[in-house]
Amino acid sequence: MKHSNWEIGPTLRAMMRNKIGAALIALQIAVTMTVVVNAASIIAERRAAMNRPSGLVEDELFHISVRGYTLNFNALAALQDDLAMLRQTPGVVNAVAVNAVPMSQSGWSMGLRTQPGPNQEASSAAVYMVDDHGLDTFGVELIAGRNFRAEDVRERVAGTSDWPPTAILSASMAAKLWPEDDPSQAVGRTVFINNDEPMTVIGIVATLQAPWPTATNVEDSMLVPDKLVSNGVRYLVRTEPGRRDELMPLVEEALAKSNRQRIVRSPESMVDTRASGYWLDAGLSTTLGVVMAALLLITSFGIVGLASFSVRQRTRQIGTRRALGAAKTDILRYFLVENFLISSAGVLLGVALTIACNVLLVQTLDAPKVGWQTTLLGMATLWLLGLLAVLGPALRASAVPPAVATRTV
Amino acid sequence: MFAYYVRLAAISIRKNAVMSALMVCAVALGIGACMTFANITYLLAKDPIPAKSDVLYAVQLDSWSPDNPYRADGTPPPQLTYLDATALMQAQYADEPPALRQAAMSGTAFVVEPDSKDERPFDATGRATYGGFFAMFDVPFLFGQGWDAEADAGREQVAVLSRAVNERLFGGENSVGRNLRLSGSTYRVVGVLDNWKPLPKFYDLNGDAIGNPADIFVPFSLMAALELPRRGNTNCWKPLDGDGIEAFLASECIWIQFWAELPNEAEKLRYLAFLDNYAREQKRLGRFQRPLNNRVRDVNEWLDDRIEGTEPATMLLAVGAMFLAVCLLNTVGLLLAKFLGRAPEIGLRRALGASKRAVFCQYLVESGCIGMLGGAGGVAAAWFGLRGIEALFGDVIANLLVFDGAMVALAVVLAVACTLAAGLYPTWRACNVQPAAQLKA
Repeated sequence: MKHSNWEIGPTLRAMMRNKIGAALIALQIAVTMTVVVNAASIIAERRAAMNRPSGLVEDELFHISVRGYTLNFNALAALQDDLAMLRQTPGVVNAVAVNAVPMSQSGWSMGLRTQPGPNQEASSAAVYMVDDHGLDTFGVELIAGRNFRAEDVRERVAGTSDWPPTAILSASMAAKLWPEDDPSQAVGRTVFINNDEPMTVIGIVATLQAPWPTATNVEDSMLVPDKLVSNGVRYLVRTEPGRRDELMPLVEEALAKSNRQRIVRSPESMVDTRASGYWLDAGLSTTLGVVMAALLLITSFGIVGLASFSVRQRTRQIGTRRALGAAKTDILRYFLVENFLISSAGVLLGVALTIACNVLLVQTLDAPKVGWQTTLLGMATLWLLGLLAVLGPALRASAVPPAVATRTV
Repeated sequence: MFAYYVRLAAISIRKNAVMSALMVCAVALGIGACMTFANITYLLAKDPIPAKSDVLYAVQLDSWSPDNPYRADGTPPPQLTYLDATALMQAQYADEPPALRQAAMSGTAFVVEPDSKDERPFDATGRATYGGFFAMFDVPFLFGQGWDAEADAGREQVAVLSRAVNERLFGGENSVGRNLRLSGSTYRVVGVLDNWKPLPKFYDLNGDAIGNPADIFVPFSLMAALELPRRGNTNCWKPLDGDGIEAFLASECIWIQFWAELPNEAEKLRYLAFLDNYAREQKRLGRFQRPLNNRVRDVNEWLDDRIEGTEPATMLLAVGAMFLAVCLLNTVGLLLAKFLGRAPEIGLRRALGASKRAVFCQYLVESGCIGMLGGAGGVAAAWFGLRGIEALFGDVIANLLVFDGAMVALAVVLAVACTLAAGLYPTWRACNVQPAAQLKA
């Protein structure tokens, strides 16, 4: 008689005697795989979003807001005093007044056009109002053109609606406006803001994220040389490496002391701003990760439980096989092959379910498409999990002594 | 008989302790995950004002650019311009007002200056609105009341405080009639709210939809009179005509939420006609160049369309359901193995005269017992799950999750129901065991 070494035929026939039991495990593996693969691809997408660089030297930055509340508050004088004080503070590399901070989830945006007129297509850009210290404080990399000069900088009072004649764009913004050209070629070109106000692009920075981390156009931003004069101001402060935490309370104290007609809010490091900007992504990733782990655990326990049970049920048969000459490895192989066959059915069904579920998720919840690598990884994980889970019971089965066959239970 | 079956179940569960523990754990984890995620979905989807959600309407006017729609699907803007909000409010003073109540509103912010010199000034969130706000949204008062239409028209500097701010400033006393310094101006307190936290904060979903309502409420007319700061979203499709607050107020920028109380369908239709009339009038003035597209949506319709952030919650709920499905498949498999493993015992009982029905009942009771234990474990798992969610999403969701008697009961009932369902097939197989086959040899 000729049969394969793996005895797949007899194993299959034995499984057919307990179709439902095998089908249940396969189904469980399929559903587990569906959840695990879809969750993994969602986690991967969120993690990728969380790891995008903002373009800033985040470790060296913190920001702090002040608000003058008295009716005769002199906003311009306070702004100039503060900036002079901050820039002279030992340990502070540079400081700038900003209207918004990347990842803080609140900011300004404006539509930019390459042709004037309300019916021309506009691309939205996050606006950062800074002075000539802006680029150095942010720590963004200028890849073409030049920085703002002191004479470019205007004072912008509340209610001003026009824009300065110069701007610096992020590379992504330049690519959005002139898709066919290299971003550095944008230097010297004109963009239109407020429908038809021209601005000359004087520089391009490599990366500068918008304040809204979940926005699709998170890389599209613009710097303008406007010093915002208002009762409420936010300062972004860049410190020497490693001195941020020591300087935060000192700066808070100094701002509170220098002008009593205002309140000073607690400073926040950019690292914390990043964490709170991505709280939903971080929380969701962790939650899905815990669910994935729990599911894999439950499934493997289920396999262990059922396999142990089947070993106990078949103790006498195992003993008989051993008595008839089967080696320990034959018994071990039988249970491993059985598990492999069930897992394979489950994993194949799992591929179909995973894709179906993913199509649904993409349509309804804007989830990412599952890649074939993730699917393959999921298949391998469940195969391996099944084999590991069944190993214990299978080893116990192979240890059944042939003498069992002769005993009555 | 039932008690006897329970006793049999207890013996059986103890005899197969590891397998039973596996089943109980599976049910517990499945129920725990489902209850945890359902809690979040419930939190986001619940009706924030059940008594009036079908008579309160968010008002939307299509004042947007003639060149492109506000949203590709044709939905008009969710907020109003200052011109339109004040015009609609003005109509409320006519002999025949268009709605039972209307209120325009916007978020604002204050710096509160306490009287005592030792205390430092602090930030407070504000809401500028009309006096009708409080009656319209059934806002509970601890002391005093809201302001009247005269205060709105007369730009009176009056304020309603939240309970928390009244505690902080006045030690919780009745502060009605007292004065208060806010951002450099003096206001008179006319009312203090009791605890009030509609969830989600349906009337203004800008920013933090599950955050606290404002600390301080003041008349909307002060937004212009005192140039109070705006807090929320401002969207403009057209550049401003000039600088300063006047240009902003006359602009096509949308930044105001607008609500109307319309007690019945006839009133709703009348109000829609009023909006369309207003839009036609504006068309004659050169505004509203888009086709007529004005809408009112009741609270739940409004929330369905506008709430963002429910998508992750829906997804988690789906994941929770699939988790439960895996746990139940697991349980079906284990129960099947367990019950069929007792085939000789069942055969013996059947041969001794037990009916199929009796065997069926016995094993169903055993499934139910496992379900009960799983439910109890599920309650514990849900408790830990909710603590975990709070730790992860802390600031936003703290103290909002419910863990009450109803939830505990629901968890146990769901666990028992699921386990009974999971036990049906194994039980059916058990009671169909052929006595003769089992008794041979």
